[in-house]
Amino acid sequence: MSTVKFTEEHEWIKIEGDTGTVGITAYAQEQLGDVVYVELPAVGKQVEKGKEMAVVESVKAASEVYAPVSGAIVAANDKLAAEPATVNAEPMAGGWFVKIKLSKPAELDGLMDEAAYNKYLKGLH
Amino acid sequence: MLSEDFGLNEPQQTLKRTPLHALHVELGAKLVPFAGYDMPVQYPMGILTEHQHTRAAAGLFDVSHMGQVRLTGKSGASAAKALEALVPADIQGLTPGQMRYTQFTNEKGGILDDLMVANTGDHLMLVVNASCKEADAARLRRHLANTCEIEELSTRALNALQGPQAADVLGRFAPQCRAMHFMTAAFLAIDGVTCYATRSGYTGEDGYEISMPGDAAERLTRRLLKEAEVKPIGLGARDSLRLEAGLCLYGNDIDQTTTPVEAALTWSIGKRRRSDGGFIGAEVIQRQLKEGAPRRLVGIRPEGRAPVRAHAEIQDRAGRRIGEVTSGGFGPTANGPVAMGYVETAHAAAGTDLQVIVRDNALPAKVAPLPFVPHRYHRG
Repeated sequence: MSTVKFTEEHEWIKIEGDTGTVGITAYAQEQLGDVVYVELPAVGKQVEKGKEMAVVESVKAASEVYAPVSGAIVAANDKLAAEPATVNAEPMAGGWFVKIKLSKPAELDGLMDEAAYNKYLKGLH
Repeated sequence: MLSEDFGLNEPQQTLKRTPLHALHVELGAKLVPFAGYDMPVQYPMGILTEHQHTRAAAGLFDVSHMGQVRLTGKSGASAAKALEALVPADIQGLTPGQMRYTQFTNEKGGILDDLMVANTGDHLMLVVNASCKEADAARLRRHLANTCEIEELSTRALNALQGPQAADVLGRFAPQCRAMHFMTAAFLAIDGVTCYATRSGYTGEDGYEISMPGDAAERLTRRLLKEAEVKPIGLGARDSLRLEAGLCLYGNDIDQTTTPVEAALTWSIGKRRRSDGGFIGAEVIQRQLKEGAPRRLVGIRPEGRAPVRAHAEIQDRAGRRIGEVTSGGFGPTANGPVAMGYVETAHAAAGTDLQVIVRDNALPAKVAPLPFVPHRYHRG
């Protein structure tokens, strides 16, 4: 059984055991527009919650993606190098960025569930 | 994680609207502040598709924020001769119906704005950048008030119809537009409205810029958008199209500190003007023409897939700083990152190895010939 949590910076993390798959939300990809390049961290790299973890570039701008939790990168989605547009097409599925092995699982408590995130999005407009 | 580069540095003030603003909203545009205007950066199609559509068919751009100025010589005075005091192009040599690209220069040879000048036969029509138009009008009044009537045509709209099918589309309304050559101008009746069209643009494609009365603009724009080949295109794609075409963006690639020689715009300086001078900053520009300039604007092709953006540092392969990127991004038609920037002249030859610093990494790059995508102007 898996849970999906969200950040105010529009990242999502799907938790399975002690590992989370991370990507950007449908809202984020829509705001960015056509993604043309994604820079991912190397496997093995330690990331810290709230710190820059990856970069996603659309035609018009580069944007940072922050780590939703602390931990070690255990996988990166290499498919995005050749097909960055997958982030637009399937932001919550094939367009995932990395998998993180959580070092501080308690950090998840500070993230939003889907209902809270949807409410948060409504508040942005 | 979301940042916007368009509109980021815009002061918070009431934004002006072009005559097509309501239509942009209706078409679902994403609007951003640009040069004091609320402008469409993209439509629901998205920047990438808008870019590709313009290269493949025809795109319609609202550029009504740009300044349109009519210069008419007062009793016997020549507006062309008068304007030559402020720009280095050969304006007196423009025959009726011809137009030219040039720059307003300052005492140091720097560029105050870049502009198009067309000779309509009895006056000159200028199109200047939105962000500079007030300063340009003030400068024209300061220098030319005695010799010229200066009219800011602020109620007019300006539409750019760009792409390989632009001539087919506009030809359905005004067949004589098909015979026009690149950088010529003519009065055309479009659906009963007299417009002033030039065969020009800023995408590298064939196409037209069409000046029209503001109160007819929405109707004519809707009419053009009804043609199957035409889609509305925003500022986002306008930027990627002009970058691939190697065309300078004022405020990015050229400004008060860059001269036309440094900006590789020497081609736009008239032959007579090179020898005779007679424009502001001529001494600096003539000296650079003779002795060369210390730096030069070049095309840059980064090796990988990572886009290189404005203000990135350019180094030689040994790691010494030799310049800075002024425009950069992903080129949808070039299918990879493209950029322009200034480098020391010794490193300006096409093929020279460089590196560009992106997020603390040195990315290998080469000086590339401009444009990145061949121009497809209708030279006749």
